[in-house]
Amino acid sequence: MSDFAQHLINGIASGTIYALVALGYTMVYGVLKLINFAHGDVMMVGCYMGYAVAQSLGGDDASSFLGVLLVFSVAMAGCGLVGFLVERFGYRPLREKPRLTALITSIGISFTLSYGFQLDMGFLPGAAPRAFPEIIRPHELFVVGDYDIVIWNWQVISFAIAIVMMLGLQFLVYRTRFGRAMRAVSFDPKTAGLMGIATDRVISGTFILGSSLAACAGLLYAIKDTAVQPMMGLYVGLKAFVAAVIGGIGHVPGAVVGGLLLGLIEEFVVGYTASTWRDAVAFGFLIVVLLGRPEGLFGKAVAEKV
Amino acid sequence: MSREWIKGPLPVLVVLPILSVLTYATTDMPFFIYLASITGVNVILAVSLNIVNGITGQFSIGHAGFMAVGAYAAGYFSRALAGVQLVFLPEVVSDQVIFLVAVVFGGMLAALFGFLVGLPSLRLRGDYLAIVTLGFGEIIRVFLQNTEALGRALGLRGIPQRSSLLAVWMAAFLTILVARRIVSSSHGRSLLAIREDEVAAEAMGVDTTGYKVRAFVVSSFFAGVAGALFAHFVPIINPSSFTFVKSMEIVVMIVAGGLGSTTGAVLTAIILTLLPEQLRTVLTSGAEGTDLAQRVDQLRMPIYGATLVALMLLRPQGLFGTRELWDLWPRSQPKASDP
Repeated sequence: MSDFAQHLINGIASGTIYALVALGYTMVYGVLKLINFAHGDVMMVGCYMGYAVAQSLGGDDASSFLGVLLVFSVAMAGCGLVGFLVERFGYRPLREKPRLTALITSIGISFTLSYGFQLDMGFLPGAAPRAFPEIIRPHELFVVGDYDIVIWNWQVISFAIAIVMMLGLQFLVYRTRFGRAMRAVSFDPKTAGLMGIATDRVISGTFILGSSLAACAGLLYAIKDTAVQPMMGLYVGLKAFVAAVIGGIGHVPGAVVGGLLLGLIEEFVVGYTASTWRDAVAFGFLIVVLLGRPEGLFGKAVAEKV
Repeated sequence: MSREWIKGPLPVLVVLPILSVLTYATTDMPFFIYLASITGVNVILAVSLNIVNGITGQFSIGHAGFMAVGAYAAGYFSRALAGVQLVFLPEVVSDQVIFLVAVVFGGMLAALFGFLVGLPSLRLRGDYLAIVTLGFGEIIRVFLQNTEALGRALGLRGIPQRSSLLAVWMAAFLTILVARRIVSSSHGRSLLAIREDEVAAEAMGVDTTGYKVRAFVVSSFFAGVAGALFAHFVPIINPSSFTFVKSMEIVVMIVAGGLGSTTGAVLTAIILTLLPEQLRTVLTSGAEGTDLAQRVDQLRMPIYGATLVALMLLRPQGLFGTRELWDLWPRSQPKASDP
């Protein structure tokens, strides 16, 4: 029983991270109908920015509230910039072209980033994982019994950050002018443009927003894993994509539920079998979902318009 | 016409003797054979992936996964039967028969996996296939790394080396032939219709899911064959031969050659196989430093990725677009009006 509870806690902790990344996929898919393959790798770039800031603050000594705030805000701003550049120079020139060209471009960007960062020349970090400074010094917050169930402080902090981010996003999308514009573009970009919405600006804004959320999630992941490495974007990104599909891609609350669900499933499968299977679980689950309910838990099956 | 029957096997009858002579003439040039075999395997992979990505307009990026299935299946099969000699057959012939069976077995198993992966994802829009095939490639790699019987990360050793130049290039030639004949069949017309406009194709009564899945299965079969051949001329196969990097290499080949152009795929497959080898030889000939060679290898993936982006932005149709090599000479097209 205590095993079960511990897995539940760990699953929720990693699930919230997937959920944050999945939000980026879902938002971009909503406005562009594009699966942004490079999303996870943009997140990885953000993590390295956070890593650089944390190192220059003195590595493990950066464990103050202000230090954490600085690391997160620099990484989120920098990542937003990367997302903006990717959209501006990678996807915007192709918007009128067949959808496949944008998809291939995003795959190209993804691989350039994840393998480019594995080189060890110039400022590039090289393939070896770097230990992420303990900017949130880990200690057990709750211990039940004789270390039967442990809740770490970073689990609680990352859960809180994730919840705040999600609520903020929910507010932004449903309660502000920008959010309304975003939903309009998502519904019908051409008509939205005719109604006076600056479509390009909204799309740029969506990318910046999604990438910043990804940077935040990436840092939480780095704190959990205590490491950053160039391939993390590919794996976390793919799993987050699976989460977005489970929830119904394009559906904001669906991405959150999908992320939590995936985190839990992964944790339980790994917990009761072997950890080497971790990377295979998500994809197996994806195939099952696509077989049974391809539009996701909350998505509506939409017939393609001619 | 009474000569109609010869048209089917004619290309094979022409190519078979040429390849046999070539194989016989180069028996004492191991490096040439190795290079030519690798090139042939890449040609098979590129042409078969082109059936899905180019002709049908879907996007699979897990081709190496199917190659791995074929390689391990055929390799395991051959290794298990290494000492077996079929009765009434001399040793050489028996070996080749078992080799042929192994290759077909590898292809069939890959095709089965293609069916299992394709059926759920091809019912949906193209981008799902990209993710699912990528995921499939990863699952296969994780599976191979965790399975004791398949050697885990060390890989499968001791597979009898039964491949030859003739076998590899005959398979490559058959793949090209099948791809070309699919395009000009009524089946291929449906695939092209799906590529051009899936909704319209469906409205015209094309069973889009069925055609897509069949194209995917054919493509996976040949990827498996390529893997099976590969397993029979490299000393050892391990999971690291079948990663993302391999899949991306094939994708870059067909995108650069022009999605939908079989000859373009062949040409870029040959160029992109030989070019890195040449580069490595040139760059490392002065200093025998393995460091430099390693660096060249490291640079491959970022260059592939950047090439994809540059191609999409500057020349999305690739080298040939959907045209074939012979379309470059407009005079050679009177066949279009042939009955």
